Amino acid sequence: MTNRAVIIGAGQGGFQAAMSLRQEGYAGVITLIGAEPGLPYQRPPLSKAYLKSGEADKLTLRPASFFEKNAVDLHHSTTVDAIDRKAQVVRAGGRDFAYDHLILATGTRNLRPPIPGLDRALDLRSLRDAARLRAELDRPRRVAVIGGGFIGLEFAAVARALGHHVTVAEAAERLMARVLSPEMSARFLDMHRSMGTVVHLGQPVTEVTADGIALADGTCIAADLLLLAAGVVPNTELARDAGLTVENGIVVDAMLSTSDPAISALGDCAVFPDPRTGQPVRLESVQAATDHARAIARRLVHGARDAYAAVPWFWSDQSDWKLQIAGLAGPGDSAHQDENGAVWRFDGEVLTAVETINDAKTHMKVRRLMAQSEGQPILRSSLAAEAGDLIA
Amino acid sequence: MVKLTYIAADGGRTEIQAEAGDNVMHAAIAHDVDGIVGECGGSMMCATCHCYVDDEWAARTGERHDGEDDMLECAASELRPTSRLSCQIKLTDDLDGLVIHLPEAQI
Ligand SMILES: Cc1cc2nc3c(=O)[nH]c(=O)nc-3n(C[C@H](O)[C@H](O)[C@H](O)COP(=O)(O)OP(=O)(O)OC[C@H]3O[C@@H](n4cnc5c(N)ncnc54)[C@H](O)[C@@H]3O)c2cc1C
Ligand code: FES
Repeated sequence: MTNRAVIIGAGQGGFQAAMSLRQEGYAGVITLIGAEPGLPYQRPPLSKAYLKSGEADKLTLRPASFFEKNAVDLHHSTTVDAIDRKAQVVRAGGRDFAYDHLILATGTRNLRPPIPGLDRALDLRSLRDAARLRAELDRPRRVAVIGGGFIGLEFAAVARALGHHVTVAEAAERLMARVLSPEMSARFLDMHRSMGTVVHLGQPVTEVTADGIALADGTCIAADLLLLAAGVVPNTELARDAGLTVENGIVVDAMLSTSDPAISALGDCAVFPDPRTGQPVRLESVQAATDHARAIARRLVHGARDAYAAVPWFWSDQSDWKLQIAGLAGPGDSAHQDENGAVWRFDGEVLTAVETINDAKTHMKVRRLMAQSEGQPILRSSLAAEAGDLIA
Repeated sequence: MVKLTYIAADGGRTEIQAEAGDNVMHAAIAHDVDGIVGECGGSMMCATCHCYVDDEWAARTGERHDGEDDMLECAASELRPTSRLSCQIKLTDDLDGLVIHLPEAQI
């Protein structure tokens, strides 16, 4: 067993790795190094409850006493500059941390496309970003959101509910197109428009000025508060410079090990084989970050060799709609809406995901079904029988 | 302030003073009480905040919320009539003295 674990990145997944290592009985030194100030915190509320309440202390994953009690050596406000794989040392601001096992949990940062004037637009990734945005909403604003994905739309819904003018500009032909079915995209479009939010689709932003944003078709949108929410890029520079395989993320195998067996990667920055298809995927979700962390901890402490196979799940709160997704659909998967409004996604005959709005029952049934199937494909033909009233 | 006692599966008791308005899941996490995970931060997505409300208190913590039953069915430990998602129990001054029992496992 190793006895010095170093974790780079003290976000949702890095923190979970430290906690899970201790829970599994890891007796060595655990060093958790994070660039952000303060205690590790959760990001999902940053575009939801926090924007309304401003309660930053509610976001903290565990209090300071947890780190003492569990002997997790947290170095916050500390950026790792390099990994020396030969010496098994991590360098951070002139300090060296030796490791037997290293876990990369560096997450993502906002994608900043080369659009003129874009530096006027704010990000929503960290608590600092969210605090800034929240402060900016203290007076009537004309808000323009660049990007109609989950974070942009969650922010738009909160800003609109607070009475601000809100416009969303999405380059794709529909909202949340990367992961969601066209049926669901359309329903969310209607919901946002009925709130009074203006939504432009299929029009990339070409320029940002002091007056607002310009779209490819020449439309100008007046705005005095701009949010950039057009996707993220994984933080892979450390891994790449250390010679690890990087392709849209830090590439890991089914046991979440990088090309160096002394280094694992997890969460938003990691590309792992989709348990169902074997194809490389990178997920941006609390579920992936925490389930990856637990799997790595079991392997490091108990030598567990089983392939990572957790069922993906995700949620997004927009206005009073809770979108829930169980499973993982590819962009080309077919979509069938049942009479209760749930959208079932299939890759050929195989169930890949189910999307629901305010329907915890169906969501949880599907999650359970997927977990019980233990990697066996769930066929469309078997669904009526297995899931009873689930799908006609 | 609301007095709150958590009793672990092994019988260990932790007494805390929480704020009214907080929920039973978050109060446990903020006071570093083991036995509640709360992975989704109270979004009713994870069922890792499962708890049993003490019989004496069960009537006062109210009914399960919409969707709570479905989440609880996926909880890692045995489901009982007093099972709740602790993130859905909001603390009020009326709940001063509340006793919460924690299940053996959350995951
Ligand atoms: C506004 C917002 C809303 C979201 N809503 C949801 C939601 O509703 N549901 C959901 O499932 N997911 C949601 N997510 C996604 C979820 O928060 C992420 O998937 C999760 O945080 C990923 O965890 P992680 O540990 O991989 O990365 P992160 O939590 O991003 O942590 C990475 C950390 O690594 C640090 N770091 C990077 N490089 C270095 C370095 N060189 N040295 C030291 N530290 C470094 C970073 O500063 C950061 O703190 C949301 C995200 C955001 C931003
Ligand atoms: S904290 Fe996730 S359901 Fe309560």
